[in-house]
Amino acid sequence: MNEVVVFPEWREKDLDGILGACLELIEDTTFPTVKRWRDAGGKVVGHFQVYFPEELADAAGLLPFKVRGASIDASQADSRFGSYLCSVVKTSLELALSERVHLDLFVTHPICDAARNLAAVWGRNVSYPCQILYLPQNAASPSAATYLRGEYDRLRRVLEGIAGAPVPNEALRRSITRFNENRALLRELYAIKRETPWQVAAHEAYVLTAVGGLVPREEHNALLRTVLPLLRSRAAHAQDRIRVVFEGGFCEQPPLDLIRSIGRSCYVVDDDFLIGMRWILDDVDPGKDPLAALAAAYLEGSGYSPVQHDPRKPKERMLLDRIDRSDARAAIVSSAKMCEPGLEEQVAYVQALDGARIPHFVTEFEENMTTFEQLEIQLETFVENLLFD
Amino acid sequence: METESKHDGIVGRGNREGARLFREWFDSLTRAAEEDRGGAYVFVMGSLGELLRAFDLPVVFPEINSLQTAVRKVAHEYLNEAEDIGYSPDICGYVKADIATQQRGGQLPMGRIPKPAIAVLTNACNTYIKWAEIWERMYHMPCYVLDVPGSRADGLTPGPGDRDFDNDRRYVAAQLKELIGLLEETTGKRFDIDRLRESLVHANAMNQGWQRVLELNRSRPSLFNALSDGTIYLGVSNGFRGAPEGARYFTELVEEMEYKRDQGIGTLVDEQYRLIFVGVPCYPIFRRFTELFTEHGGTFVNSTYLWFASGGSNLGFQYDPRDPLESLAEGVLVGVRDAMDSMFFQTRALAGMIDDYAADGIVFHPIKSCRTVSTGLADNRRALMAMRDIPSLFVESDMMDRRVVSEAQMKNRVDAFFEGLASRRQLAGAGRGEA
Repeated sequence: MNEVVVFPEWREKDLDGILGACLELIEDTTFPTVKRWRDAGGKVVGHFQVYFPEELADAAGLLPFKVRGASIDASQADSRFGSYLCSVVKTSLELALSERVHLDLFVTHPICDAARNLAAVWGRNVSYPCQILYLPQNAASPSAATYLRGEYDRLRRVLEGIAGAPVPNEALRRSITRFNENRALLRELYAIKRETPWQVAAHEAYVLTAVGGLVPREEHNALLRTVLPLLRSRAAHAQDRIRVVFEGGFCEQPPLDLIRSIGRSCYVVDDDFLIGMRWILDDVDPGKDPLAALAAAYLEGSGYSPVQHDPRKPKERMLLDRIDRSDARAAIVSSAKMCEPGLEEQVAYVQALDGARIPHFVTEFEENMTTFEQLEIQLETFVENLLFD
Repeated sequence: METESKHDGIVGRGNREGARLFREWFDSLTRAAEEDRGGAYVFVMGSLGELLRAFDLPVVFPEINSLQTAVRKVAHEYLNEAEDIGYSPDICGYVKADIATQQRGGQLPMGRIPKPAIAVLTNACNTYIKWAEIWERMYHMPCYVLDVPGSRADGLTPGPGDRDFDNDRRYVAAQLKELIGLLEETTGKRFDIDRLRESLVHANAMNQGWQRVLELNRSRPSLFNALSDGTIYLGVSNGFRGAPEGARYFTELVEEMEYKRDQGIGTLVDEQYRLIFVGVPCYPIFRRFTELFTEHGGTFVNSTYLWFASGGSNLGFQYDPRDPLESLAEGVLVGVRDAMDSMFFQTRALAGMIDDYAADGIVFHPIKSCRTVSTGLADNRRALMAMRDIPSLFVESDMMDRRVVSEAQMKNRVDAFFEGLASRRQLAGAGRGEA
């Protein structure tokens, strides 16, 4: 296991200092934490959105790095793709082509028609292995868990090859415990968003979550263990803002300034930003067979997103539940531009929200957009209508 | 006299019979709609026609219905209707045309389709899944996603005996059993394994015939145009999978192609350039698109479309009717995986196709509507050009949406492509000292 601390900048700082350090880290497109890990001799597994069983990479002593695009110009990647594509696919590949990040393995998933092409495109352009992890799309099938356990076993063998060492069940159990703590801390962060949203701004919660995709979970846990009590004790007062749920950030991420803009007029009390990091809802009991435990958790104890088909979890009903649970008054239904699953789901969401008479604001975004004035004006108008309704 | 009559009977028979079968198929769908009998909605990459026939379900291919609206120049009406409901201009045109079809009570230019009693789909295209979710919401009927794991990396295609392959096969087999239970529930019919055996025998004949037809087009001159004629054959291979008519059609198609090969009858009178097509056809100007190439003496000798849109039939997979369910699981896994490979990991297969079919050029046609097929084409072209010294054309448009199809611009690009092919040939001739 690599013992290097890759993100020391937040330590010994007050809350604002910590949040500032986290913000700087997630906006730094040179990915310093990945570089430090490699400089210390560590190996890196890049995994594309949405969900990846990071415990397996962690147990192999590898750094799981969440590939979720970046605010960069995809000048090289553009020539590898067609015109009608979302940005995150392009900027993610750009990270590799421009050598901003060096990986030892890249894994993508069949979450959408564009993403499933990534392993092939990526693999033709780099020398390290690139693979698809076939997460089940028939999640309700009684046979899905057994299949997924086998697929995780295959992944474990791949990771052992990268690490050059076996990944015993005991190491996997330790990683699951580490990730259980991480999930609990993230649940606590989201509880603050829901219960006292004035104590953590939407963009602050986002930044604190996103750091987890860039550092070992041990470090993320230490960060959250420090920050959460500071947020709880933060002297802040409730303001007259609308409580909203943001839906549409499951893959490509909205620019931080967009989240900040929304936060100026709304309390984002729940969302699906980086949902893969919070995909598993409860602690996983590693038990005798940790691979089987992870597979079961993926299928039976998980959230929802437009890219997983599970008839037990109709997405529009899940959204209404999310709104209900978080006591939100309205929803922002968004989609990344050119995101087929997101755009298709938007229609179902809107129909369900209409049916439930829940006010909603529909929009699209792109990770590299830089002007938000129009959107901000529209959103303010939407909010004013609700406030004075 | 007898020879002439044989000639007239055989040459062009595949196209004539294909059109007839298509009409009959649509007539039967219209009858089913009128009698309010629900259909099985399926897709070309893993239709499971073999299994569905055992339950006598009318089989509806929404992809084929949608593309027909484009071929018949009315797709824009359907697209506009779906966009009015809120569907984005940036999603698959097939989906939108189908949504409008459902809004119209199943009415299409070729007839009327029944409502879905069930939808059976694979994950070969993610949009299949999102599409089926729309029907679930519209009709509250069962949708079964038969999850078929594909290749994990380029060239990583294990076979029977490999533990990862066996894990996938067991998963597919278990799902097929679940699906059979669901079909029994939906139709109220008990599963008859002997009927499945019959279907598999017919599918075997079709697979074998399809593989042979593709092989035969290596002949010079080529015997059929993979884009225009090939699409007719594909329609039959999908609509009549597992049916005796489908088996007979492909047996006769092989006979036609062998006859044409023996008689030296090509699809063009003067074949100048042998081309490979990569992507999905430009249906809004389907005939014209082909003409842009044939006018220069260019013909498409093969395409990735004939592979993936046949759901892997091109492999010629032979089911074992003695062990129908396990064999079906293996066939579906291998076939759908190959269909996916021919979209994602296609570089080496294309290089092989260039060699086997003595191709002079390759045409990439990415489309706005389909990210499954189009996402990697630019990079694939770059990789292929590094492997083979062959001219290529990269022209982007759509399979449904005439708003992004510019025929004039396309013609300029195609003309320039042929100028390049001609000058390359001239230079090669000069290099060999030809006049």
